[in-house]
Amino acid sequence: MIISVASGKGGTGKTTIATNMALALGGRVELLDCDVEEPNAHLFLKPVIERTQGVETPIPLVDESKCTFCKKCSDICRFNALAVVGKRVLVFAELCHSCGGCMLVCPEGAITETGRELGTLNFGKRDAIGFINGQLRVGEAMSPPLIKRVRAAADPERITIIDAPPGTSCPVIAAMNGTDFVLLVTEPTPFGLHDLKLAVEAVKLLGIPAGLVVNRADIGDDQVFAYAENGGLPLLLTIPFDRKIAEAYSRGKMIVEEMPEWRQRFIDLYHTIETIVQGSRAAVCAK
Amino acid sequence: MREIVIISGKGGTGKTSLTAAFAALAAETNNSVLCDADVDAADLHLLMQPEVQQRTDFMGGSKAQINPELCTGCGTCRTICRFGAITEQFEVDPIRCEGCGVCVDFCPVSAIDFPVQRCGEWYISNTRFGPMVHARLGIAEENSGKLVSLVRKEARQLAEQRGADLILTDGPPGIGCPVIAAIGGATALVIVVEPTVSGIHDMERVIDLAAHFRVPGMVCVNKFDLNLEMTEAIEQMAQKRNIALLGRAPFDPVFTHSMVAGKTLFEYGEETATHQRVREIWAKIINSPSMNPLGIVDFKATIQ
Repeated sequence: MIISVASGKGGTGKTTIATNMALALGGRVELLDCDVEEPNAHLFLKPVIERTQGVETPIPLVDESKCTFCKKCSDICRFNALAVVGKRVLVFAELCHSCGGCMLVCPEGAITETGRELGTLNFGKRDAIGFINGQLRVGEAMSPPLIKRVRAAADPERITIIDAPPGTSCPVIAAMNGTDFVLLVTEPTPFGLHDLKLAVEAVKLLGIPAGLVVNRADIGDDQVFAYAENGGLPLLLTIPFDRKIAEAYSRGKMIVEEMPEWRQRFIDLYHTIETIVQGSRAAVCAK
Repeated sequence: MREIVIISGKGGTGKTSLTAAFAALAAETNNSVLCDADVDAADLHLLMQPEVQQRTDFMGGSKAQINPELCTGCGTCRTICRFGAITEQFEVDPIRCEGCGVCVDFCPVSAIDFPVQRCGEWYISNTRFGPMVHARLGIAEENSGKLVSLVRKEARQLAEQRGADLILTDGPPGIGCPVIAAIGGATALVIVVEPTVSGIHDMERVIDLAAHFRVPGMVCVNKFDLNLEMTEAIEQMAQKRNIALLGRAPFDPVFTHSMVAGKTLFEYGEETATHQRVREIWAKIINSPSMNPLGIVDFKATIQ
């Protein structure tokens, strides 16, 4: 079971939901923090990091002694990451998407690959709960390759909970694609609703069942609730605005620790998701 | 031409609510252009209600498309595609396709087309606070950095045409490609931080990024009263990094209430202490040395 927690709008409570659900479920879970630009889950779950590993993406390395400056490499590159200028081949490493086209097309075999640092993967544990996060190198523009590496490192034997980045473009797609369920988190405000609608479109595009958590449920207005009801988006949990929760969050404290009555609610949330996923699998098989 | 770019690192700290409030204040004295550079989840238009004057398609990269009538099923494309974008049935998964075109070039029977994709739209609009350039990136699209660069460039051109001397840009969250595209060449950054463990953590990363670009920065703590110790820690960190302090805005439901009403802070309800604090923050921004450089770029004044 892979559950991704996403939102469209930032700051709605993705990390809160992902970490509290992980802590409530315990050692069956592995939490992946795929918000690699701004990973925060470790600030709340406080795992002991056991291992850190650098992650690179391949980029071309040109051996100019073999190069005939035929320009086939710069012609094939759609990302303008190579330029042939006189008797030099310039590689603009930060523009490279690691497609390998230049290496394939080079008639002289003058291109091999080296790496560009994307960031790091950190592996750890909070008690028995598995934890992995990716941390994008500051200055690196492309987060999806690192997000895919975090995903690839997941333990398939465990329940995977993914803390996704905000937005609806390629980073969040990399975090949600191929998951069994998307748990959307929003707040009942015009911004929350607008970005929720975008997130729902993204989820539909990927064809993944989804459900909604409304955080700070009593601020704002009721349009998010009306939208969920009319659009058949099941409302799975509401969390009221509580200054105590907000202040606990500010210090890095978790809801299920500060208010133990929430533990069972997060366990129930997981069981509801499990039922929905089994139902949609059954529906797919019936077709 | 001066451009203020409002960023935060972490999402949901109040960038857009404050940008809108600043837009209302800027309109009192300056001739300014608004720019929404959060093209992925743009929200500024919800408070600005722009009347769209000009709508233009944003053409991003291309994606591969296999013509089944020409495809012989040789498997070359599947072997060379590094993104796992070609299915066993020799169809291209548009979600996985990176747009590198390597399969297009290596297909032995030229069965793969590579049409340019319409990845979104961008707009020039009128608002009650002046012209606005904004965009909508298509769902699940790439090239958000390219679209951010485009809306900023258009905002600049529009400002020149209209004789505006200020651009107010609402930036995206994070530190990846759209943020990199949003901050290069800005006159100054306004970093909106909330006093939480994640707020300070994310601020530090976005400051590290901004230091690369040698842009001056200013920090405003929003919802400061949620955690005073953390507010102080943020302000100390900012000063260490040569970032000017703008002040503190309180955690006040008036921000949500005005948002629900589709209005900026200054168009909603009575003036309170919160309004006054935001006015003071804006005055500090607009009167700051980095916004009034007399054409001289002082690299000592940038984020370190």
